[in-house]
Amino acid sequence: MTDAADLRARVRDLLAAHPPATTGRTDFLRARFDAGLAWVHHPAGLGGLDAPRSLQAAVDAGLAAAGAPDNDPGRIGIGLGMAAPTLLAHGSDEVRARFLKPLWTGEEVWCQLFSEPGAGSDLAALGTRAVRDAATGDWIVDGQKVWTSSAHTARWAILLARTDPDLPKHRGITYFVCDMTDPGVEVRPLRQLTGEAEFNEVFLTGVRIPDAHRLGAVGDGWRVARTTLMNERVSIGGARIPREGGMIGRAAAVWRDRPELRTHALHRRLLDLWVDSEVARLTGERLRQQLAAGEPGPEGSAMKLGFARLHQAVSGLEVELLADDGLLYGDWTMTRPERVDFTGRDAGYRYLRAKGNSIEGGTSEVLLNIVAERVLGLPPEPRDDKDVPWKDLAR
Amino acid sequence: MSHEPDLLHSDTQEALRAAVRALLADRAGHPVVLGRIETGDPYPPGLWPALAGDIGAAGLLVPEELGGQGAGHRETAVVLEELGRAVTPAPYLTGAVVATETLLALAGDGGPAAGLLAELAAGERTAVLAAPLTTAPRGADALFAVPAEAPVRGVADAVAADVLLVPRPDGLYAVPAVEAAVTPLSPLDLTRPLAAVDARGAAGTRLAGAAGARAAVRRGLLAGAGLLASEQLGLAEWCLEETVRHARERHQFNRPVGSFQALKHRMARLWLDVVGARAAARAAADALAAGAADAELTVAVAQAYCSGVAVRAAEECVQLHGGIGMTWEHPAHLALKRAKADQLALGSAGHHQDVVADLADLPAPA
Ligand SMILES: Cc1cc2nc3c(=O)[nH]c(=O)nc-3n(C[C@H](O)[C@H](O)[C@H](O)COP(=O)(O)OP(=O)(O)OC[C@H]3O[C@@H](n4cnc5c(N)ncnc54)[C@H](O)[C@@H]3O)c2cc1C
Repeated sequence: MTDAADLRARVRDLLAAHPPATTGRTDFLRARFDAGLAWVHHPAGLGGLDAPRSLQAAVDAGLAAAGAPDNDPGRIGIGLGMAAPTLLAHGSDEVRARFLKPLWTGEEVWCQLFSEPGAGSDLAALGTRAVRDAATGDWIVDGQKVWTSSAHTARWAILLARTDPDLPKHRGITYFVCDMTDPGVEVRPLRQLTGEAEFNEVFLTGVRIPDAHRLGAVGDGWRVARTTLMNERVSIGGARIPREGGMIGRAAAVWRDRPELRTHALHRRLLDLWVDSEVARLTGERLRQQLAAGEPGPEGSAMKLGFARLHQAVSGLEVELLADDGLLYGDWTMTRPERVDFTGRDAGYRYLRAKGNSIEGGTSEVLLNIVAERVLGLPPEPRDDKDVPWKDLAR
Repeated sequence: MSHEPDLLHSDTQEALRAAVRALLADRAGHPVVLGRIETGDPYPPGLWPALAGDIGAAGLLVPEELGGQGAGHRETAVVLEELGRAVTPAPYLTGAVVATETLLALAGDGGPAAGLLAELAAGERTAVLAAPLTTAPRGADALFAVPAEAPVRGVADAVAADVLLVPRPDGLYAVPAVEAAVTPLSPLDLTRPLAAVDARGAAGTRLAGAAGARAAVRRGLLAGAGLLASEQLGLAEWCLEETVRHARERHQFNRPVGSFQALKHRMARLWLDVVGARAAARAAADALAAGAADAELTVAVAQAYCSGVAVRAAEECVQLHGGIGMTWEHPAHLALKRAKADQLALGSAGHHQDVVADLADLPAPA
């Protein structure tokens, strides 16, 4: 197996063959992918070297230190965090060879066509239909998706559609890769409370998808989707986060720089949140060590819940701390940003954007259900929707 | 970044945990503890020799050349997790951590401290610091400031101690407990007896002079505060497990009460708190073990966080058990009282937050 020394040598070779200073960004990223240094745990030829995942952090750090460009993860988060693991686990050889490289280099942006007006937390209730065209074997898709982040920049989408409405809801779903340039795909911006439109509604009308772009068996889409959703919960990066590395660093800096704003009540809350942030950082660090030791714990689901709460509380505190300046807001102009940035811009923006953290990727209430049932083994609430054909469900 | 913490438990530490857990199940189950807490001598008979001597838990912090096991704070923390889980009456935090770490700071050049330390490490004798249980690490100097005009109130496990470490303006003294007046008090937490200690009449042996003694006691209290987080972690883990178990079994309205979402979310939130407490407590033990430059900050973070988690876990345990949780017969109250007392022990959460404010450069308003 490839070890750390091996990887260091490969990093050196890559840098020697493609000096970052004189190599174009995309060329460098392609070469890095081909060298197996994109996702070291992937198979050879698919961006990796079958190396332990825990060695990725050192590779990233080594390349960053040498001034190599990164693939701008804030712009391609859905591709990296959700599409890639699903393509790897469930794609055919052709699908993996076709999609993974441009996904990783950022030449092709991905989005996630899962949520619908009638199916959010209860995603398995989705109603977008995919019907097989007997003549060509293609799938014809009709329906509406909503809250689709980066649909406006995406070249491809991962898509869930219903292929058999007569089965109970979890069983009649199939998972596809959808071409966002298909003439039947219409993307309309949805403006968010921050003023901008990161997400969209997406109308699918007679969209044609070749059967080769199906992931997993017909009717097995829910199982495939679980790969995606497992990876959606905060992808724990390989890198250690320094103390005050997240949102709390912003608030602490204001506290230090603006003594005239300090009050006793805010001081207590700041210390509460500073301690909570430090504990969350240590929790993430412990999780990282568990993963590196090959003993992943259920703590992953704790991270997203914790960060959502902390982002919201810390950014709220910062607005209050700023007093007069807290009443200002940088820019309400409706834009369609290319990247997601939770800790960027001004305090007001951070406060408003953080509201999404407990909704996107599964609401905090739903995640608490998951912790209660899967981690603690508490019994599910009685439910009557599991064995009823999808077409007979209330909506 | 300076010190890269190791936040996991090693296999050796898990083996130690298993040994301690088996011993406690055998000798110090909740019925045993409940049967003894009103006797004034809650310590389960035979437990200390087995824990301190046979398992060697009393000497974990002490290097082999000084008569101990040559382990460290991470291992000691595991023992405390188990003692917290079982809410065991034992002079471990007080004796094997605070007093032992204090003596460790003084044992370097032989002398009386080294001799006493070897006896403590072997479990042959027990010593406690003659200071209120509430004393925070930064409160060490104040213990020496005035001559003890009055008995020291609230000394934990003094009734189990052979030796009292008595701070006096000119240094730290070892006083045989029989030469002092040790008057038991009626404590909130019956599993950790408190006493008023009056050692004014006893001469004792001087272990260290004024400056060395202060630093040593500060170090002992810092280790105590840091490792108390592991006791609080173990206690919270037990409360959560017990609550989940009960909620799965107890049926009302024709279903397990644990299937009601209002309760599931409460237990899930508690689990999140416990996950955080585990990371914080491990970080404190690790920072102490490594002598990390930021050990005081890491300890303060762990205390500021874990003491609240333990109290919340115990309070939820009582509430989610319903009536049975309110009884003397059910062990939930042992955990509740220990958690509440631990909240004050070795500095309150508020005190530790003030330390954070100081060390992280987040000063209070002028
Ligand atoms: C910023 C942002 C970006 C997003 N990006 C995408 C994307 O790219 N692709 C995509 O497919 N989706 C995306 N989403 C959608 C997101 O996944 C859904 O909004 C989310 O799953 C919740 O669904 P819903 O909005 O229909 O709310 P609902 O499911 O209607 O929830 C309403 C309320 O009911 C609560 N609730 C629902 N069910 C339960 C239950 N069983 N127990 C307790 N409480 C419950 C919820 O917690 C919530 O408070 C995005 C959302 C946001 C905010």
